[in-house]
Amino acid sequence: MDFNDTAEEAEFRAEARDWLAENAERKTPGKVYKYKRGEPELIPAARAWEGEKFAGGFSGIALPKEYGGRGGTRLQQIIFGEEELNYLIPPPIFSISHGMAVPTMLTYATEEQKQRYVPATLKGDQIWCQLFSEPAGGSDLAGLRTRSVRDGDDWIINGQKIWTSGAHYADMAILVTRSDPDAPKHKGLTYFFLDMTSPGIEIRPIKQVSGYANFNEVFMTDLRIPDSQRLGDVGQGWQVAITTLMNERVSSGIRPAPDFEDIFQLARDTELEDGPAIADAAVREKLADWYIKAQGVKLLRARLMTALSRGERPGPENSISKLVSSFRRQEIAHFGMDLMDMSGAMMDPDKVPSRALYQQALLDSPGGRIAAGSDEILRNIISERVLGLPPDIRVDKELPFNQLPSGSE
Amino acid sequence: MNFDFSEEQFLLRDQAKKFLGDRSSPDVVRAVLEDDDKSYDETLWREMAELGWTGTTIPEEYGGAGMSGEDLCVIAEELGRSLAPTPFSSSVYLATEALLMAGNEDQKQEYLPALAAGEKIGCLAVSEGVGVANAASVKMRAGDGTVDGTKVPVADGDIADFAIVPARTGSGDDLSLFIVDLNGSGVSRKAVETVDPTRSHAEISFENAAAEPLGAPGDGWSIVQRVFDRAAILMAFEQVGGAQACLEMATDYAKNRFAFGRAIGSFQAIKHKLADIYIATELARANAYYGAWALTTDAPDLSIAAAAARVAASEAYNLAARENIQTHGGMGFTWEFDCHLYYRRAKLLSLALGGERRWKDRLISQLEARNSTGEE
Ligand SMILES: Cc1cc2nc3c(=O)[nH]c(=O)nc-3n(C[C@H](O)[C@H](O)[C@H](O)COP(=O)(O)OP(=O)(O)OC[C@H]3O[C@@H](n4cnc5c(N)ncnc54)[C@H](O)[C@@H]3O)c2cc1C
Repeated sequence: MDFNDTAEEAEFRAEARDWLAENAERKTPGKVYKYKRGEPELIPAARAWEGEKFAGGFSGIALPKEYGGRGGTRLQQIIFGEEELNYLIPPPIFSISHGMAVPTMLTYATEEQKQRYVPATLKGDQIWCQLFSEPAGGSDLAGLRTRSVRDGDDWIINGQKIWTSGAHYADMAILVTRSDPDAPKHKGLTYFFLDMTSPGIEIRPIKQVSGYANFNEVFMTDLRIPDSQRLGDVGQGWQVAITTLMNERVSSGIRPAPDFEDIFQLARDTELEDGPAIADAAVREKLADWYIKAQGVKLLRARLMTALSRGERPGPENSISKLVSSFRRQEIAHFGMDLMDMSGAMMDPDKVPSRALYQQALLDSPGGRIAAGSDEILRNIISERVLGLPPDIRVDKELPFNQLPSGSE
Repeated sequence: MNFDFSEEQFLLRDQAKKFLGDRSSPDVVRAVLEDDDKSYDETLWREMAELGWTGTTIPEEYGGAGMSGEDLCVIAEELGRSLAPTPFSSSVYLATEALLMAGNEDQKQEYLPALAAGEKIGCLAVSEGVGVANAASVKMRAGDGTVDGTKVPVADGDIADFAIVPARTGSGDDLSLFIVDLNGSGVSRKAVETVDPTRSHAEISFENAAAEPLGAPGDGWSIVQRVFDRAAILMAFEQVGGAQACLEMATDYAKNRFAFGRAIGSFQAIKHKLADIYIATELARANAYYGAWALTTDAPDLSIAAAAARVAASEAYNLAARENIQTHGGMGFTWEFDCHLYYRRAKLLSLALGGERRWKDRLISQLEARNSTGEE
């Protein structure tokens, strides 16, 4: 057992640190990146940051050099992710592009397509969005209804997606459609990629709890996609989507803000009736619980790194991290505001600690427990895939899709 | 980075698991539970000593195996899983560690070989009754080579050959440690009932009992605290082992027990409960692994690692033990079924060394201390 870096890991970490120190501002407690989600300046700044990383050799760290990557390892990618989080960098505008679109393209696209899209994405020139969820269901992804019909060398797409993060600034998209409604639900799906400027796409932003609109409704009306942009076989869309989602789970570096260090600092800075909040027994109990969870998740990442370095495939155990972290973020947000007492109600960044980080997290954190596998879906995954408990009794697996009950909408 | 035990440690674990599966079966544990005159399983204890477990971290020159703290963690996890009814934690995690840390050469020569061989059983007697068992709570007095006072409850105090006790010296607040022969004159002891009769406890009264100093005068509490830190990590492994056993037991039952025409493990209320136990156990395991590493390398953040492992493991085991009963329904509430063995042990272990509240407080104090010295 060894929680220190190996010589090679340490060398890479030092290189990453040096580069980051030169190219970004180090994070200090309470300080946040200059642009928030929803601010128009954020997107160009995020693209520029990806471009810098690309130039510095830190984009697509684990990807082959021929596609613009560094040709390094997954482990190095995790190390860089850890180090990057110590700096003030843009929120993860590129996580879908890098974590989902690129791995899926590398697995299913043609050589010419890989050459064309992957380096452009790593450079920050192309942002991708994920057209998966629909009004009829997000957890139940295979219940999607957007139709694809073959027409010569093209497919014609009609339907509606929803909750599509970043559709309004994305250049490209990955899309799952239903090509055969007579087949059982998992067997009639087909997967594509497309240019978001194609005719027939209409994007309507949806305002979120937090007030700004990062996700959207996307309507597709007689949208044409060339068959050459199909990923995987006709009817194989479910398998391709699984590839996409498995990569989602591994994309590392989730660190919720505020997290333990923030609330620990806040507790030391806050005066209560009988002295600093940190001296209050109830506060200390909570802090201790969050510490063991934050530390536990960090250590589980060490376990993941060990598995990767042995060439093992990360398994469903890694569902723990997102589940535990997104819930902790919501709890810490609530508790931090409680420490602020009446003043905690204020959202004005100039009036409350950490530029209203807690207040923002209050409004933003519910989404983290729903997106990318809800708390409940992740518990299903753990209980079925890790513990081997029986799946839910399913009424929808064998019937043709168009004969399934759908509830009222 | 290597978040795992070594090949040899995996072998040790397999050996321990196999041995304990056989020799510390539920029947063996139950025999201690149900027989008021039986404090521990002597055969199991003797065989563990023959395997060299009692001397795991004792250097070879004192008759031990000279292995690492990590190796002891591997054994501890299996002891916890099998609920081994022996004085292992008192003798090995506490008495042996205290002697290794503070004993002079003569004391090491005298005690360590006997501890390694399992011929002597040691214990650490801190608590003096109701209330937080901290330095301020110690009333026991040390005179000229003697101690006076009462310790209760003392884990394995009824069977131990000697006890290590903190007592007040002089007129000040200084606490020093002493070794007391429990078979000597001036010592009387009687067993006390606890929630977990598979681990025996005693009340020990000392009246002018002969005592020899251990460690420097006045260092008593700081040695106890350091011993507690190290023991917290070892005990966290026992707790993780116990939590894992509960999780496996509950999962197994949930797959095989049918209600409403289906396995109860297909109901989400049960599935999600078990997923939560799994999560708590894995977080505890991760913290314990880090503790094992800190123990072996004597890392500067050992006390932080120890407190984190302790808190996470206490929470996980209590959760797992409690919800294991729930998953078993009425069956889980019977004396006949083994669920309660874990339920009892989980609570006992989370009180030994001091309760969860205290360790949470200590965790935050240690983090504050680290922060104010600017260390990372
Ligand atoms: C901030 C945010 C960003 C998102 N970005 C994208 C994106 O970029 N692209 C995209 O395609 N989608 C995106 N989503 C959609 C997201 O994937 C879905 O919202 C999510 O999968 C849940 O689906 P749903 O909203 O249809 O809720 P439902 O699936 O209807 O779930 C409603 C409730 O029922 C529970 N539930 C559902 N099924 C089960 C079950 N089998 N067992 C137990 N409980 C169950 C859920 O846990 C939830 O609590 C985003 C969502 C959010 C919040």
